Amino acid sequence: MSETHAEYTDAWSEQEPQQPPAASTASAVTPADAADAARLVSFGLQPKLLPARDAEYTELLRRYREDPAFARLADAVATGLGLVVLEVSPRAGMAVTAAEDSVFAVRMGDYARRASTDSADRFLHGLAHLAVAAMAFPRPEDLADDAYIGRLTVNGVDAFVRQACLRLEQRAEEQGENTDPASDAPGLEAAWRIYARRSATGATKDARRLAGSTTGIVGKAAAFLTDSGFLQRTGDEGGGSYRTTARYQLQVRDMAGSAAMAELLELGVVPVSDGSATLLPPPEGDDLELAADAGLPFHA
Amino acid sequence: MTSPASTDLAPPQLSAGPRPAQGPAADEGLARRLRALACTAPLHDLDARKANLAGEYTVYAMAEVALAAIDLITLNMDFDTGADHEQIVTRLLPRVAAQAPTRPTAEHERVARWVLENLINVGSVDRGFRAVYGTFGTDGVYTRRDYDFKLIEEVPGYGGGVYLRTTDEAVNVLVGALDTDVTSAQIAAEVKLEVLINRGRLADAQLAAEQARYRTVQYAETLRKTLEATRRNVRAVDWLQTVPDMIAEALDHVADRYRHENAILTNIRRVRDEAEATADVRTAEHKRRAAELVDIVKDCIRRHTQLQSRLLEAGPLFRAEQDRQAFAAPAAYTGLDLYGQLVAPVLPLPVEGATRVTDAFFAHGTGLRTPASVRLGDLVDLLLTPPVEREHLGAEMPEPDLIATPDDSRFSEEQLASAMRLLDLEHDAPRRLSGLLAEARRLDADLPYLVALLAVHAASPPVGTAYRQGEERLLFAVDDGTPLDDPEFGGADLIVGTALLDAVGMAADRTEAT
Repeated sequence: MSETHAEYTDAWSEQEPQQPPAASTASAVTPADAADAARLVSFGLQPKLLPARDAEYTELLRRYREDPAFARLADAVATGLGLVVLEVSPRAGMAVTAAEDSVFAVRMGDYARRASTDSADRFLHGLAHLAVAAMAFPRPEDLADDAYIGRLTVNGVDAFVRQACLRLEQRAEEQGENTDPASDAPGLEAAWRIYARRSATGATKDARRLAGSTTGIVGKAAAFLTDSGFLQRTGDEGGGSYRTTARYQLQVRDMAGSAAMAELLELGVVPVSDGSATLLPPPEGDDLELAADAGLPFHA
Repeated sequence: MTSPASTDLAPPQLSAGPRPAQGPAADEGLARRLRALACTAPLHDLDARKANLAGEYTVYAMAEVALAAIDLITLNMDFDTGADHEQIVTRLLPRVAAQAPTRPTAEHERVARWVLENLINVGSVDRGFRAVYGTFGTDGVYTRRDYDFKLIEEVPGYGGGVYLRTTDEAVNVLVGALDTDVTSAQIAAEVKLEVLINRGRLADAQLAAEQARYRTVQYAETLRKTLEATRRNVRAVDWLQTVPDMIAEALDHVADRYRHENAILTNIRRVRDEAEATADVRTAEHKRRAAELVDIVKDCIRRHTQLQSRLLEAGPLFRAEQDRQAFAAPAAYTGLDLYGQLVAPVLPLPVEGATRVTDAFFAHGTGLRTPASVRLGDLVDLLLTPPVEREHLGAEMPEPDLIATPDDSRFSEEQLASAMRLLDLEHDAPRRLSGLLAEARRLDADLPYLVALLAVHAASPPVGTAYRQGEERLLFAVDDGTPLDDPEFGGADLIVGTALLDAVGMAADRTEAT
């Protein structure tokens, strides 16, 4: 495919000086082209569909990459529908995502009914998605590396957040803070307490996962991301194990991460990073005691 | 059955009395004690609320059952899982039954479940308890605060199961003063135990041994968490010094404890066996206690062995993770650090602000959903379609067509029976194989082959199986060098005999070994 691509660009550059109206190629868009472009976008709307499994999809992707006019047309169709094109490639397919306020966007209220009325549940559902991403791409390099495939389990994500919360609790204790929130201002309660307070799991009558427990919430996030074509379920161990897809990496890197960062900066929190890992070894001296008690040497 | 998340557990007169604002230091101690007090409240609450249950339940001591439940769960907490819900209920039953022997078993079980569910507090969404208390801040302002805690928490186990674990609060309620150094406390407990045994004070010794086991459980739990942390990110942990040191230390600890506990075990066994010689009531009691102590120390040893195997897995795990993480080619550019730049800064924020960040991540990180659109025509059709009748029993199974397989055994059942009769020898009268073969030949021409086969098999008798199954007799064959003189078979003329086994002694040994 790369060869045809090279040939084509050569032909294009040769032709260009002789055929001044390059626009004429673009303007010669037929309804059939528009239909093809819309078809490609519709493939992009089926995120679990793999390009390699569908000959028509593969062909349209090839055309997108080789025919700039067609690419512009497909982009325009996507934009008109309220979609953002993240990447068009054989590995990720036509990776599109919903723009804000698009009909395709997922709303928290539709995602989990309790989340619209209960602020604690709303936070927990959002945090679950953030934690799944953090667990899928634990190091900055992993998020940047296109070839990286993250692996995670539901119980692993829960344990990881729980330990981070425990570390914060211990730090507060060391500093002699009283983290118990005032009864009349629940909104000022520290976020980690909400997570630490919620039970990790619970027995139910029909042996399903307790929906309100943290593993239930993380499990729901993982299942939802699987439906979005972002994760693939690989097994049942650890409450369900998953691996990431190229689309998820794009989504987190280009959309979600920056949006959340912008919000965080607006709150006046400026997390400084020099690109090195934040999961650093504990300082000399107190490490053994600390690690043994904390179970997690987080020194962010 | 269950109460809503209780809110007023702290007695109001302790926090709202008319007293002058004191310094925050005095208040901190007060807050700590109030929290400790709150942890016992759910237990008192059980006895207070049992009157509200449908039925006459006042005869049961609920707080006692609850403490017993916490005891059981703490002792059953293992490395990966916790205690099994059903198992705890079953083990609670004898105690509940003893409190009201005349009541039906179903009621006993109901009481046990009620207590356990209330300790988990199934009715609340957090499955925990909340107590309200007040403190004076540094500025002299009185603030009411919520203290959230759990006594028993439910944790995920293998295969999606739910297991029970006791929380630190519960362990503190149960044993008390656990915020001492684990290692030294354990050593102290064991030294105490040895002294007690030497002086023959077994009642105290058992108490000390049980305490030692609580410490052992806690120590194992601490180490499990540490190993979990090393798995996360190779660079997060110092693999050059800290972790190898820690592993070496822990292995030393295991070896040390193992030696120590084996010594204790030998000691107690001696006490037990010496007590066996005399038969008065007090020594019988000593003997019983010593036997219990043996069980406890064995459990400690089992836990140490488990700990050791975990420690040995740590090295290979590190090397595999290092291969994966450190030796990969560096990426062209470094991206966003999701943990360091998002999760870690968000968690300490007040929940109002944190929700804005998680909402933004959710809105942009969940992908898209194609909205379902409904046509009225389809909807009408859908609603008018009669529901599909569910087959209650499923499809009918076809009658299986069975074919009788021909019996192609070399020997018939009768032949086996007569061979066994022939080999059913008196234990003090072994026989030569040649004699047996000759006798068999008189009965049936084919029988000598079976007898020879069984005799050869008996040359290597299945002693282990016989031991496990508690057999009383075992067929054996010995070669004393005499050659076999037989028209059909060659080899050694084995001596075939029956050995009597001490089934009672073996059974006693088995229970001791497990």
